[in-house]
Amino acid sequence: MNIQTTNRLTAAETALVEAYTAQVGELPGNGAVIGARDRLLDDLRKAGLPTRRIESWHYTDLKTLLRAIPAGEQAPVIEKIAALVEGSKVLSVRQGDADAKAAVDGIEVTTFKDALAEGTAAAGLTALDKDDAIGRINGSFVRDGFAIAIPAGTELEEPLELQVLHGAGQIHTRFPAIFGAGSKATVIERHRSVEEEGAFVSSVSELTLEDGAEITWIILQEQGASDTHLGQVRVKLGSEAKLRLFVVNVGGKLVRQELRIDVEGEGADLTLRGVNLLGAETHTDVTLVLGHNVPHTTSTETFRNVVFDRARGAFQGMIRVAPDAQKTDAKMACNTLLLSDEGEFSAKPELEIFADDVICGHGATVTDIDRNHLYYMMARGVPEAKARAMLVNAFVAEIIEELEEEKLVEALEGVISHWLERHV
Amino acid sequence: MLEIKNLHARIAEDGTEIIRGLNLTVKAGEIAAIMGPNGSGKSTLSYILSGREDYEVTEGDILYNGESILDLDPAERASKGIFLAFQYPVEIPGVATMQFLKVAMNEQRKARGEPELTTPDFIRRVKEAAGELKIDMDMLKRPLNVGFSGGEKKRAEILQMALLEPQLCILDETDSGLDIDALKVVADGVNALKSPDRAVIVITHYQRLLDYIVPDTVHVLYKGQVIRSGDKELALELEAKGYSDIIGEAA
Repeated sequence: MNIQTTNRLTAAETALVEAYTAQVGELPGNGAVIGARDRLLDDLRKAGLPTRRIESWHYTDLKTLLRAIPAGEQAPVIEKIAALVEGSKVLSVRQGDADAKAAVDGIEVTTFKDALAEGTAAAGLTALDKDDAIGRINGSFVRDGFAIAIPAGTELEEPLELQVLHGAGQIHTRFPAIFGAGSKATVIERHRSVEEEGAFVSSVSELTLEDGAEITWIILQEQGASDTHLGQVRVKLGSEAKLRLFVVNVGGKLVRQELRIDVEGEGADLTLRGVNLLGAETHTDVTLVLGHNVPHTTSTETFRNVVFDRARGAFQGMIRVAPDAQKTDAKMACNTLLLSDEGEFSAKPELEIFADDVICGHGATVTDIDRNHLYYMMARGVPEAKARAMLVNAFVAEIIEELEEEKLVEALEGVISHWLERHV
Repeated sequence: MLEIKNLHARIAEDGTEIIRGLNLTVKAGEIAAIMGPNGSGKSTLSYILSGREDYEVTEGDILYNGESILDLDPAERASKGIFLAFQYPVEIPGVATMQFLKVAMNEQRKARGEPELTTPDFIRRVKEAAGELKIDMDMLKRPLNVGFSGGEKKRAEILQMALLEPQLCILDETDSGLDIDALKVVADGVNALKSPDRAVIVITHYQRLLDYIVPDTVHVLYKGQVIRSGDKELALELEAKGYSDIIGEAA
């Protein structure tokens, strides 16, 4: 009998280690990349998946929640789908493989597989801290994705859609994006399952906004009902850069979206918005770590969550203001509509302020639908179910409408109404 | 059209009785004014007629066109033609006014088995009604009542009333917070709706509104009962002498 005294691996941990071993020699990468992968996997094996005893994973005990890693023996045939917004330029990744022929006028596009093979990707294959399980998993297993660079001064007229489609199996993608000084663009990062069978997905996006870039980045997570989605966005904002980052979760069984943002240039501004629609027996966690690292930067963070059924959700929002980051102005809000007695939502805002001349605020609310609103609408002849649906929709539509571009707002509101029609 | 018989009602949450044996009949084509001092139950009566669930009817009945409406929810009452213009219309962020108007009109039509309005037909109706009430179409693109001034909110209520074409209109202190010009616009809107098969109940503190919306009957409400009824002269008498004489007589 083989008795392990330390670090007994769970089924999922064992499956990850075995999957890595099985893919030795097969995962793309030069020597530096392979070295980085080996180290990350080794750290993952030693530390194991994070448990609730680790502060940043307190609400998402990955070790317990992640029961198994799907094998996905047969790669499904996946057809491209229509872009979320008509007229978008689409870069597609299907079952973890990026379209090698993809090209968009005016921007540099390489597959991440090439970046791995050439070794330019090696430096990014890191864990951000000792508890960065997503960085480790993704760095160990990432196969493909797109590296995009938008030259200084370039303005993209139409949105760019990163269309990441998959069926069952393990999918690990990465999207480094460099936005040159003064560039302007809208990017939609869309993760979507096309099958009922479960998938295990990790995806890391690395956004670098050089001085004065004005970027809208939308993450639309539409995974399947049995999928695990581990997402991470790493952001660096240069001087006077403006980022509008929207995270919309309307799918998945076990979801963690990590937003690791460093505001590094004076005059930079972050608008972070999130909509989480949670239903059935699912678990969704959005964790933000935002560093205001230099003086004179601003940010607002607003999350709207709707909880149905036995869904559980968590929001952790950490804002760190560095010692010399005077005149930081940050405002965070997390509002939840809890529509089920069996649903649950935890909100943990945290401020760590080391500067003395700053404005920082946060607030969290958990409410049911406002009875006065419901009564008013019914008094005009709108039946209760319809009135409820409209009010839930309104609660999240307010956030989406901040995007202002009509086509984008319409498309996302369409996704949201479609989800709500199945749940209200 | 409306027959309230020995109505007793209380606040559901704490059981406080507000309406204590109220009787009132309003006929089709009639404009009835309900007056009374603060706390007499005027607004509560309007909420109960609309079906607000915060109040419980413990005794008596409300007949509308001969049928009890006590078991109907607010939406069902609305689609049967009962409309309450609120004293304090609520602001509903995220619901565009135009969208709300369209849903309300079409849901009522659906409930009555009528075909839904086409978009052009809907817009034509809104434009026409808004024009008469001097409402800027831009205001209707905003979320419902959000950021509307007091006057704008009241005009928006009357606009809804005009579009929904109810049979029984209840105006709860529609004059409060209005300047004289806004009051005239609102009163003109109400008078335009006057017809032989429609009844209007005007709840007000003051005679002022009744100079513009002339009532056929006036009822004084006190401690949850109608203690005196008369014609428009009664309103003038109240204006001159106050409520104390009538309350004294009733007591």
